[in-house]
Amino acid sequence: MRISLFITCYNDTLFPKTGQSVVRVLERLGHTVDFPADQTCCGQMHFNTGYQQEALPLVRRMTEVFRDAEIICAPSSSCVALIREQYQKLAESSGDASLIAAVNEFVPKVYEFSELLVQKLGVEDVGAYYPHRVTYHASCHLLRGLKAADLQLRLLRNVRAIELVPLEEMDVCCGFGGTFSIKNPDVSAAMLADKMKAVLNTRAEICTAGDNSCLMHIEGGLHRLRTGVRTVHLAEILASTEAGEP
Amino acid sequence: MTVRVADAASAAKFPILANGLVEDSQIRQNVRHATNVIQNKRARVVAEQHDWQQLRESASKIKEHTLQYLDRYLEEFESACIRAGGQVHWAIDADDANRIIVGLMQNAIEKNGWTREVIKVKTMTSDEIGLNHALEAAGIQPHETDLADMIIQLGEDKPSHIVVPALHKNRTQVREIFARKMGLPELGEKPQDLTDAARNYLRDKFEKVKIGFSGANFLIAETGGVCVVESEGNGRMCLTLPEMLITVAGIEKVIPRQQDLEVFLQLLPRSATGERMNPYNTLWTGVHEGDGPREFHIVLLDNGRSSILADKESRQTLHCIRCGACLNACPVYSRTGGHAYGSIYAGPIGAILTPQLQSMKHSQSLPFASSLCGACYEVCPVRINIPDVLLHLRGKVVERQQNSLSRGVSIEAVAMKAAAFIYAHPRLYTLGQKFARVAQKVLVRKGWIHWLPGMLGGWTAVRDVKQLPDEPFREWWAKREAAKRDEPMEKSYGG
Repeated sequence: MRISLFITCYNDTLFPKTGQSVVRVLERLGHTVDFPADQTCCGQMHFNTGYQQEALPLVRRMTEVFRDAEIICAPSSSCVALIREQYQKLAESSGDASLIAAVNEFVPKVYEFSELLVQKLGVEDVGAYYPHRVTYHASCHLLRGLKAADLQLRLLRNVRAIELVPLEEMDVCCGFGGTFSIKNPDVSAAMLADKMKAVLNTRAEICTAGDNSCLMHIEGGLHRLRTGVRTVHLAEILASTEAGEP
Repeated sequence: MTVRVADAASAAKFPILANGLVEDSQIRQNVRHATNVIQNKRARVVAEQHDWQQLRESASKIKEHTLQYLDRYLEEFESACIRAGGQVHWAIDADDANRIIVGLMQNAIEKNGWTREVIKVKTMTSDEIGLNHALEAAGIQPHETDLADMIIQLGEDKPSHIVVPALHKNRTQVREIFARKMGLPELGEKPQDLTDAARNYLRDKFEKVKIGFSGANFLIAETGGVCVVESEGNGRMCLTLPEMLITVAGIEKVIPRQQDLEVFLQLLPRSATGERMNPYNTLWTGVHEGDGPREFHIVLLDNGRSSILADKESRQTLHCIRCGACLNACPVYSRTGGHAYGSIYAGPIGAILTPQLQSMKHSQSLPFASSLCGACYEVCPVRINIPDVLLHLRGKVVERQQNSLSRGVSIEAVAMKAAAFIYAHPRLYTLGQKFARVAQKVLVRKGWIHWLPGMLGGWTAVRDVKQLPDEPFREWWAKREAAKRDEPMEKSYGG
């Protein structure tokens, strides 16, 4: 199957390893990956911060860049949730019939990485090997937006040699919330403190999730306190084999 | 018309109020404990209700339908209520409502020579319009009879939760207020001691005060009836013992038929207090000779509600039945308590209701007081998509700011516009990535950044951030593709 990768702007810039891992997993499963080079951002930051008019041209861009794609995969549930929950409404608000049509064609082609693996490709065991003690945080958009947190847990349970430890209050927000973390730094920090406490209580070496945005937040706190616990995107765990980690 | 939501218009911004509250260990402890207890109770009684999702759907549909025909249902309620012997008043805003209510009480007191007091059963709407201030200014003493509201009133405090307004206080703090205000220095700290004290204090008021005041959970258009649910029985006292009863209700409280209560009376107690049924469900219609108050007035309050009704995107805000489930589920509320919202309506519902009632002119920081985690939407018994409404309101706030020249141009707006421009031009975007990699060098220490300037400083106040990687994904991909293209050629040349 030909799969077009929407890497998302922050994964591209800050977490290239996640994208490399997605490519590695999909190619290992025998699929062809392509990467439309003109892609930038889905508009989430603008939309969620109230700059919805600025998000509209980015919506148009997305439909143009991925016009020829058959299936689109993004390793970020918050970007996929924005596309699924808001793109149609945004297009309708513009009153542009061609944009509405383009969005209607685009949206059903978009899958979050674990949705693609489990729901579209029917794979739960990707042949990964990861000999570490790991705890899993369900990101809010995956859990309540896409309702797909169980998919990621199923994928993780099939990883060989992994020691998966349940995270207390797994479903409670880590406090990132995009620009919320900057506009409301005190409350965000208070939420982060509780998330870090839960992570440390598991005695895990690694905290994983399907979203680097949450992980960047959790890791930022864990590193500030030199806890020696790190965060790793789910895709990197799934890409790991006996031959090594990405 | 001057819409007023208590003193929300003059409250400080959410981040400023929250700053002090997150550091108050006692409040953190009390709020966390209380919200956990209610949340767990709720989860238990919701799980046993197998048609919970259908009930939510029904409630949402009933509310949607009612709001679509609100004018007709309100008029139907008005005529049914009058037929049953009630008197209906329409109030356009807070001042109007206060004028009507105080006027009614003044007249009755003068005519009958009653004591200048009123007993009140919990009503958020009266807090919204600031009724107690208006009563006190007119020389009428209001007595809150709901235990938590009494704690707030005696402690000269503000409510911090829609359903349990004193949840930020623990037993020791309540004992201190009661001991001081009721003159009971020997008062114990056990729940029994505290409720006994409240009971004794209130009993005398119930017996002698001739005017009762209430809010309403539901107004029934078909019958002109009013429904109030509560847990302590103080409501039943206020609604049945006095000679005169005055009720204030927002216009969105109307439901078409008595039978619709079937849906709401299953959803509300389970969502609000984790009970299968409220201990006291009082339903009355007009007045009845020899039974209950001889005079019944209802004040139907707009105070900004019709402006919310006019916005199709956020009209669902008016579905709210004030259960408070979204507050208990909210990770932001549970870290700050209600006082951070600067309004009597706290938590996620407060974040969308307070600014909208005030036509978005005040409380503009509230739509941003959320991480958009969606926990509120998940528990809402009438399925208000609060995250969606928050996003809609954020758009309105930004629009207002951009249209007001006096504020000048914000750094945020410039940054957002610049980012939008860069994202629209892939070459600039790639260039931006390269520039950032160079620019970060002054900030990086051993692979990490511990300090960022300006707005971004909010991040590094408590978090580190990894330095940008040497190679963004797109560069890695481009190299790989180039290598793939070269590979067969190299092979053909090789050897």
